[in-house]
Amino acid sequence: MSAGEPIVSFPLPKQGVIPVTQHLGAPAKVLVKRGDTVKTGQLIAQTAGFISANVHSPFTGKVKKVDQTTDASGYKRQAVIIDVDPQEQWEEGIDTSHDLLREITADAKEIVEKIKANGVVGLGGATFPSHVKLMVPEGKDIRYLIINGVECEPYLTNDHRLMLEKADEMMVGIQVLMKGLHVKKAIIGVEANKMDAIKHLKDKASHYEGITVEPLKVKYPQGGEKQLIKALINREVPSGKLPLDVGCVVNNVATAFAVYEAVQKNKPLIDRVLTVTGKKLLKTANLKVRIGTPVSQLLDHVGGLPEDTGKIVSGGPMTGKALTTTEVPVVKGTAGILVMDREEAWKATPRPCIRCAKCTQVCPQGLEPYLLHQYGEMKRTEEAEYDGIMDCIECGSCNYTCPSARPLLEYIRYGKAETGQMIRNRKSN
Amino acid sequence: MKNTLTISGSPHVHGSWTIEKAMYGVVLAMVPAMLVSFYMFGLGAVRVMLMSIVACMVFEYVIQRYIIKGPVTIMDGSALVTGILLAFNLPTSIPSWMIITGALVAIGMGKMSFGGLGKNPFNPALVGRVFMLISFPAAMTTWPKPIVSRPFFSFQGLDEKVLDSITGPTPLGMLTDGADGTMPEYVNMLMGSMAGSLGEISALALIIGGVYMLARKIITWHIPVAYLLSSFVFAGILWAVDPTQYADPMFHMITGGLILGVFFMATDYVTSPMSAKGQIIFGVGAGVLTILIRVFTPYPEGVSFAILLMNAFTPLINSATKPKRFGEKQPA
Repeated sequence: MSAGEPIVSFPLPKQGVIPVTQHLGAPAKVLVKRGDTVKTGQLIAQTAGFISANVHSPFTGKVKKVDQTTDASGYKRQAVIIDVDPQEQWEEGIDTSHDLLREITADAKEIVEKIKANGVVGLGGATFPSHVKLMVPEGKDIRYLIINGVECEPYLTNDHRLMLEKADEMMVGIQVLMKGLHVKKAIIGVEANKMDAIKHLKDKASHYEGITVEPLKVKYPQGGEKQLIKALINREVPSGKLPLDVGCVVNNVATAFAVYEAVQKNKPLIDRVLTVTGKKLLKTANLKVRIGTPVSQLLDHVGGLPEDTGKIVSGGPMTGKALTTTEVPVVKGTAGILVMDREEAWKATPRPCIRCAKCTQVCPQGLEPYLLHQYGEMKRTEEAEYDGIMDCIECGSCNYTCPSARPLLEYIRYGKAETGQMIRNRKSN
Repeated sequence: MKNTLTISGSPHVHGSWTIEKAMYGVVLAMVPAMLVSFYMFGLGAVRVMLMSIVACMVFEYVIQRYIIKGPVTIMDGSALVTGILLAFNLPTSIPSWMIITGALVAIGMGKMSFGGLGKNPFNPALVGRVFMLISFPAAMTTWPKPIVSRPFFSFQGLDEKVLDSITGPTPLGMLTDGADGTMPEYVNMLMGSMAGSLGEISALALIIGGVYMLARKIITWHIPVAYLLSSFVFAGILWAVDPTQYADPMFHMITGGLILGVFFMATDYVTSPMSAKGQIIFGVGAGVLTILIRVFTPYPEGVSFAILLMNAFTPLINSATKPKRFGEKQPA
């Protein structure tokens, strides 16, 4: 729907809310206090622990308070609230020009440092701190850098637009990552329904060494990390292992762009491209938005919420989170906002499992969702572990296909949490 | 506004596949065979079909409404499928009260006593059919001949004399009991011009329905192909050993209820295994058992027993055959 909409820079809000947990891992430690003035790009929260990420101020202004606020997950999280000064002042050392910097002067160590310093996280959805991915443990032989251009979900078009509009920057970002990882080959995987992006990227890639573009069959979840690796280099990441174990590192196209900005321009991750879409919206848009901008303002931009809105999803329709309120901020992981009408939001009443086996047929991980659902419901964690519940990538395909409209994934997710707890307890004993 | 937002876990979209689509898809697939039975057997077949469908749906309604006191789901199509399948397994001359008894056993004992749709270990229609076969052996094995050569509305009811003149043994019956009768040509068997129960007579009509279900992905190929191949191969081995004593495999394919069982009863979602591997084991087991029963027991037909026996193995097959997990083995 929104694939034809060019990326538009979204205006600054009056107030921004910047949670200090926008990544997978430990919350960052807040460095500012009430009344402080901050510049755009200034570090306001620092990594705490190995898997954690820096947070920078996306705005110039005054810290109103540091408080608990509700984020997209519905939980209360610590956040820095900033009254925004429309007169922007950037932190020193940040290159805000639009010139393309192709020459990579930083060495591998500096690359990792810069990515860490500038708070880059995976923008595909998981928001895993990017610098950690580049710190390859001794003894692991990495041969490929895989770039995910699949656009994990239907409806979202932010990655598609970025590939069309920022391909050069992306290519340099990929080269930076390759240098950081000491790999010679990078493969960009794009689904074959985005031929314009494939053609454009192929064209650009011919000017850069070691980067190839592969069209992929259109099927969900092609953008799942493990499924993407399988499709591109025909290797299967074993249960409980990482892409590292089959010789590759995977990053999203938007992450590659963020890496370019972080390393070449010294610009922290303070904004991102996201899609605002929905059948009943007056218009759809791909927006470049500062982190901390309230979702409600994005919706105002597309003409406000329609009368019969039934559900607002942060992210895509298959894995996104339903929002309880639009007064939540955009964070690093917000790939899109999807507005569904009442009809789309309507959920059929679950009926008995008729054992049609559709869920086992569609599971990309080769699991038996109907069984894991039962284990989850009955808290049978040991059987759940045996039958691979922790391998579930939560793609939602089983739920989607179930003729009895059973909430398979909801119970599997619950079962995963219980089983994970059991495994952790066992390890600590 | 805010009060009306739905909050739920992902995914937020759902496919269009429902129980009803699957069940009514099966019903549609059974229509060709149903039409052939009406054409071949006349109004008698219509009577059996209607009695069976109505009885199955009424029993399901009564049990859900007054005994279980739960939600009534007779419109989901599953009782309709059971009703049609039960009728398909009966001869046209069967008295109405027997049909009603069979329907009560099928729905009440075969399905509802286990908790209704999705919980029953055995195919309900087959439970009903086998109960009737054991309880009313004579009525269940009296096979009216097709009426095509006679005017369509001439069926006289259950008068003994009339029955005698118009009944005949099934081809499998002739084989097992050495009963008198002219063996029909294979072409006639394919089209449905032979003695038998309602739904089993036309292999061609059943195959059309089976292909339709495969095309609409209501069923997968695993059970039908494994069932057909294994019974063909097993019958073929016997025939190769002694062609004078054993019928050729083609004969086994198109006589009796084999095709009906292969496409419509062995593939029942609830009572067949979940994984592809399991479904193949299930199909092979049913195929071998069918021929074993047909050839080495006094029963001329073995499809119902074979499928019911394999139904009993389904939980075991399910726990023994897991789908291939992602990352279990590196692809070559």
